[in-house]
Amino acid sequence: MTASTETLHLQHADHQAHSGAHGWRRWLYATNHKDIGTLYLWFSFTMFLLGGTMALGIRAELFQPGLQFWHPEFFNQLTTLHGIIMVFGAIMPAFTGLANWMLPLMLGAPDMAFARMNNWSFWLLPPAAALLVISLFVPGGAPAGGWTLYPPLSIQAGMGMDLAIFAIHLLGLSSIMGSINIVTTVLNMRAPGMTLLKMPMFAWTSLVTAYLLIAVAPVLAGAVTMLLTDRHFGTHFFKAAGGGDPVLFQHIFWFFGHPEVYIMALPAFGIVSQILPTFARKPLFGYVSMVYAVCSIAILSFMVWAHHMFAVGLPATAQLFFMFMTMLIAVPTGVKVFNWIATMWQGEMTFETPMLFAIGFVCLFTVGGFSGLVLSIAPIDIQMTDTYYVVAHFHYVLVAGALFSLFGATYYWLPKWTGHMYNEKLGKLHFWWSMIWFNVTFFPMHFLGLAGMPRRIPDYPLQFTDFNSVASVGAFCFGLGQLLFLYNVINTIRGGAGRAPARPWEGAHTLEWEVASPAPHHTWETPPDEALVKKGLRAQLLDQDHE
Amino acid sequence: MNVENGVHDAHYFVPAPSRWPIVGSLALFLMALGAAFWMNKVPGGNWALLAGVIVLAWMLFGWFGDVIRESQAHSYGLQVDHSFRWGMSWFIFSEVMFFAAFFGALFYTRVISVPELGFFSGTHELLWPGFSADWPAATAPKLDAPYRAMEAVGIPATNTAILLSSGITLTWAHWGMVENRRTQLKLGLAFTVLLGAIFLCLQAYEYHHAWETMGLTLASGAYGATFYMLTGFHGMHVLVGTIMLATMLVRVLRGHFNAEHHFGFEAAAWYWHFVDVVWLLLFVFVYWL
Ligand code: HEM
Ligand SMILES: [Cu+2]
Repeated sequence: MTASTETLHLQHADHQAHSGAHGWRRWLYATNHKDIGTLYLWFSFTMFLLGGTMALGIRAELFQPGLQFWHPEFFNQLTTLHGIIMVFGAIMPAFTGLANWMLPLMLGAPDMAFARMNNWSFWLLPPAAALLVISLFVPGGAPAGGWTLYPPLSIQAGMGMDLAIFAIHLLGLSSIMGSINIVTTVLNMRAPGMTLLKMPMFAWTSLVTAYLLIAVAPVLAGAVTMLLTDRHFGTHFFKAAGGGDPVLFQHIFWFFGHPEVYIMALPAFGIVSQILPTFARKPLFGYVSMVYAVCSIAILSFMVWAHHMFAVGLPATAQLFFMFMTMLIAVPTGVKVFNWIATMWQGEMTFETPMLFAIGFVCLFTVGGFSGLVLSIAPIDIQMTDTYYVVAHFHYVLVAGALFSLFGATYYWLPKWTGHMYNEKLGKLHFWWSMIWFNVTFFPMHFLGLAGMPRRIPDYPLQFTDFNSVASVGAFCFGLGQLLFLYNVINTIRGGAGRAPARPWEGAHTLEWEVASPAPHHTWETPPDEALVKKGLRAQLLDQDHE
Repeated sequence: MNVENGVHDAHYFVPAPSRWPIVGSLALFLMALGAAFWMNKVPGGNWALLAGVIVLAWMLFGWFGDVIRESQAHSYGLQVDHSFRWGMSWFIFSEVMFFAAFFGALFYTRVISVPELGFFSGTHELLWPGFSADWPAATAPKLDAPYRAMEAVGIPATNTAILLSSGITLTWAHWGMVENRRTQLKLGLAFTVLLGAIFLCLQAYEYHHAWETMGLTLASGAYGATFYMLTGFHGMHVLVGTIMLATMLVRVLRGHFNAEHHFGFEAAAWYWHFVDVVWLLLFVFVYWL
């Protein structure tokens, strides 16, 4: 243990007296970034189970042809809520939770820049989730037009849609405040000596992600506000009868929606860029090019939105523009994949659970990236859009991408959070179980899509039966395996495989490993020593100047 | 701001646990649920909405009250001050993007969807005989009631002059602040608040006139929709800005702020200038062209 951790301990004890609220107040009135991060993470996992249950509802219905369990309307409510809950409830809050927990520790800051607002960002999420759940029980049921909320369906739907619209307003508000906090923390609260081009990749990706969110969350809020006034106040934004156009909604939605997919991908890139060097025991290959790649992906992500709209009848020039811009994104993404592989190249690799998930991420995210490249080709997408090929594609990037990185991050930082080591055997089992059943579930969907099976339909012709049955079995096994993860986490909190040292991974050199495990309630109340910062930077080969 | 070297407060101010965020969440939940119920004529919705608004007002008073007290107690160091500056800038950026969505809708409708409806022969033959793709449209395709579009001269031009001069009075007030001329500061702020209030009154009159005598409503096709939503959201921002500036006036009258420390004032001023710029765009693209 370093001298600084000891002082931290002293300060910690000293702080116990006035470290504020206890009991329920500790969570409801929280201003501590670790408490708020914990809230985010548990909320996200709860939503993951809820959205996952809905996914299993979908897969149960699709196990065989015919209508088994649900009315078609309810099936559509399940797909819609599954999508919205997974995107806004599970994946995004998990990344914000990680940023909350880890950014102050990694940057050497005492807390997030705006600790009180931080709490509000979190506590807007449960009401939003409640609105979505309530929508299931109002006349007409939950929104059923898909998570994309396209009019005219979303204009015709019942009051469940209004609840969903307001839920999205709350979620957007939460995202904007959370992101302002992240941007300000990264820009203004770094330890002395940690210039922008020396900070951990996870800080970079969180910064760029937050920037994207501040840019597009208000646009989504505008889009759903227009839906609301079209529904109740007689406006004609999306109604041709008054000179409007339903396609306008698609433009606005996807102007938000494409950056949104990077909002779910970039933090995952950051996590993987932390984990791989640690377990390869080599500094990240091409740090600066990684930063540039993240930034160029962010900029390009504003110029590709209409690749979701190849089938709505855009002019050919527009289609070509969006097609080529989309393909261009493959370049910085390729840079990143290359750098990850080069980081592992000739490293002294060991394969602890976080590393397994990171490698699984690199392999499967790349598969998802390639199917995305296929879809970027306009003439192919016109065949494939709204089929199961698309469902396969985005689950490779969202489940094997975003979600796997989150599992990896949890195992990686769990010792820091709880002070205990997790059960490595169970962790590895969780990885292989997820890896196998994920592919069993989603790989056949490529074939289904290529053969023409549409998404968001509760029934299908006989010839699609085999692949669908396989996918459904895979989905149930995958879902079951996540209970293993839950068990492992709870078990770790209760003691797990014994006490964790401050630096359980000897290849890890960022600042969070300089404080004790579990991280004391207050850390870096005074900025870390420049010498300590420099030591970590040297180990990451970030001590030279890049300018 | 020197980011690369960074400023570090000896103890960055981290607020104690606070009840306001959760109160704010409760308020917004009530408002969301209430509004959804009210719009669908479920009894009780309007009361829930009203309750939400009241709780929200309570929360805003309480929260900003805490911030003002902390500021007066000199809890905020230089690094916190920088955080506030970053935070306010990014908040304004998010507002820019919110308006961008509505301007996008306006441009799309004018440049793409209305001309396309005029260009498509089926529009005339099958759907709406007599439709002409003008902007501002004399009538929307399917509306029986014709309406008149809003002219740029008259109230909108007056309002432009008002907002522009309010920018000047505010800057004059700011000079008063940094040069410690408190009377100038108070006068400038008071004038700005007054101009904001006049702007709002004129806009209310304009809306009333448009709705009642020009037949221009939210339902007047794509023109009515973009007109009211853009100017309406702008008006709401003017209202918020005026309230912010009025709060600053009260604080100045109570002796808060000095030549070095007055970020609350500056934040309100930034916001006001942002609202000003949005108005200029509105004046050009909604009223004039
Ligand atoms: C637990 C594993 C999961 C399974 C078995 C699963 C299953 C499915 C299925 C079968 C559909 C397509 C329904 C249809 O179009 O007919 C779907 C849609 C979707 N899923 Fe998942 N999913 C899982 C996890 C996730 C995760 C983690 C995300 C993260 C964001 C996600 C996001 C979406 C989205 C956005 C849609 C589109 C919804 C729509 O069509 O509006 N899913 N999922
Ligand atoms: Cu996209």
